[in-house]
Amino acid sequence: MGDGDDGAAMELRGVTMTYQGAEGDYTAVREVDLAVAPGRFVSVVGPTGCGKSTVLNAVAGLREPSAGQVLIGGEPLQGLNRRAGYMFQQDALLPWKTVVQNVAFGLELSGVDKAERLERAREWVHRVGLAGFENAYPHQLSGGMRKRTAVAQTWIGDPDILLMDEPFGALDVQTRQVMENELLSLWTDSGKTVLFVTHDLEEAVSLSDEVVLLSAGPGSRIVGRYPVELPRPRDLLDIRTTPRFTELYGAIWADLRNEVMRTYERASHGTAGAGAVQDAG
Amino acid sequence: MSALPTGPRAPELSKTPADPAPPRAAGPPRRRRTGPSRPAVLAAQLGLAVVLVAGWELGARTGVVDPFFFSSPAAVAGRIGKWLGGGEVYGHLLTTLSEAALALVIGGVLGLGIGFLLARARTLAAVLDPYIKVLNALPRVVLAPIFLLWFGLGIWSKVAFGVTLVFFIVFFNTYQGVREVDRVLVDNARMLGAKESQLIRHVLLPSAMSWIFSSLHTSVGFAIVGAVVGEYLGASEGMGYLIAQAEGTFDTTGVFAGMVVLSAVVVVIDLLVNRVERRLLRWQPARERGHA
Repeated sequence: MGDGDDGAAMELRGVTMTYQGAEGDYTAVREVDLAVAPGRFVSVVGPTGCGKSTVLNAVAGLREPSAGQVLIGGEPLQGLNRRAGYMFQQDALLPWKTVVQNVAFGLELSGVDKAERLERAREWVHRVGLAGFENAYPHQLSGGMRKRTAVAQTWIGDPDILLMDEPFGALDVQTRQVMENELLSLWTDSGKTVLFVTHDLEEAVSLSDEVVLLSAGPGSRIVGRYPVELPRPRDLLDIRTTPRFTELYGAIWADLRNEVMRTYERASHGTAGAGAVQDAG
Repeated sequence: MSALPTGPRAPELSKTPADPAPPRAAGPPRRRRTGPSRPAVLAAQLGLAVVLVAGWELGARTGVVDPFFFSSPAAVAGRIGKWLGGGEVYGHLLTTLSEAALALVIGGVLGLGIGFLLARARTLAAVLDPYIKVLNALPRVVLAPIFLLWFGLGIWSKVAFGVTLVFFIVFFNTYQGVREVDRVLVDNARMLGAKESQLIRHVLLPSAMSWIFSSLHTSVGFAIVGAVVGEYLGASEGMGYLIAQAEGTFDTTGVFAGMVVLSAVVVVIDLLVNRVERRLLRWQPARERGHA
């Protein structure tokens, strides 16, 4: 502490994440330094298998860094990050709980009594546009509706930090844009710090205050940080056609493209190097 | 340890999904079998029964099948009527069902507990793995005589025998259910603040339960098999004893009557299990339900 990063909501200092695999150790990310100021929306982009999710898991405390440190609000992170909510890429709803029970799950875990937690959960179910589906089970919902439930489940606990791992990756393009728009309006004025992982540069640019580019894996590092100075509030359905967006997108894409090409090259020549093409998840 | 096949289960050929679910915007539409209508199937099923029973009766009367070895439907029905009227069969049935119920509960609790323990304690599981494989590979019938010696001729030797059958089914399903729980579900619950005990209650146990319930038919069946076989080998009451007694006096009518009573009871129990299962697993999509 004592340097200029004091005020960061979350900070990675020289974080290296190494996995032990059957074919030897695999380093997903190497010496990543990243500080995110409170209330900022930061996206991490990079080619497939560059360890984007690994960075999120480190901040969540689900995996401990092999080297380096994660700081949350200036304090070194120990164990799970209690101030963070995590939205997973895959479906993470409990299939044996209904929509309202899933949304209330976090409150249930922290001992909020039944009447209160169900009432608060119902409010959130309304807020994410699922009124009428309170008692449906996840398998009865569409992909987009399940994501809405997941959003409510994560937000109801009011975490300071939101970690999102390609949350809308599995949705069709239109549903996805609608969900992005709704996420943005939820986030606006919420003061929450968001770390958003995606491989979709369009999504990253349109949502974020800043885009962070990770290099091709293994041993990915941050190779670029791009402030996105597009005015807020943004309407995502229109923003993609504005000249400023196109310009920013083009600049970042030029760099991302290089990393993507390197990933392809490694994938096609790298069969000799153990683990070169493994997906770091 | 890998997944064990959890026993055969008759597919429900004439079932149409009928739960009032909200519209499913994603996923494949529910398959609807465009098979024969339900009344037609029922009529054919009844017809088949009539033909078989009538053929058997006719054969017995005309001497085509020897009634000494095969008895006849009329004789069997008469015997069952006599049993039911005289009341002597109820005691035997009660004994057998109590043994099966005890075996189911004890075997189920043990299987659940130990399955859970081993799924969470990887080292212990690795150490015990060969022992469990050997015990499971053992043909259980050879244990029956030793249980007779240990637990006597009363109900407990049959319960013990049933427990060895039920335990492994529940154990393997619990073990599998806990081990194969979706990693993301666990991580998500932990991020939402779940402590270890809450993780077990809200995530691991329900996940294992779906495996266990889908093998409930097999477990119930094995519990009854355990009781009957145990009685058959040595007992003073129970349906197995009744059948063994009849067999000892070359009373084929008694053997068949015992079989019919047992089958009827098992069918009724199976229907009950179906209802219980449908209630407990109502969160599962209909097309996955009932398959382990």
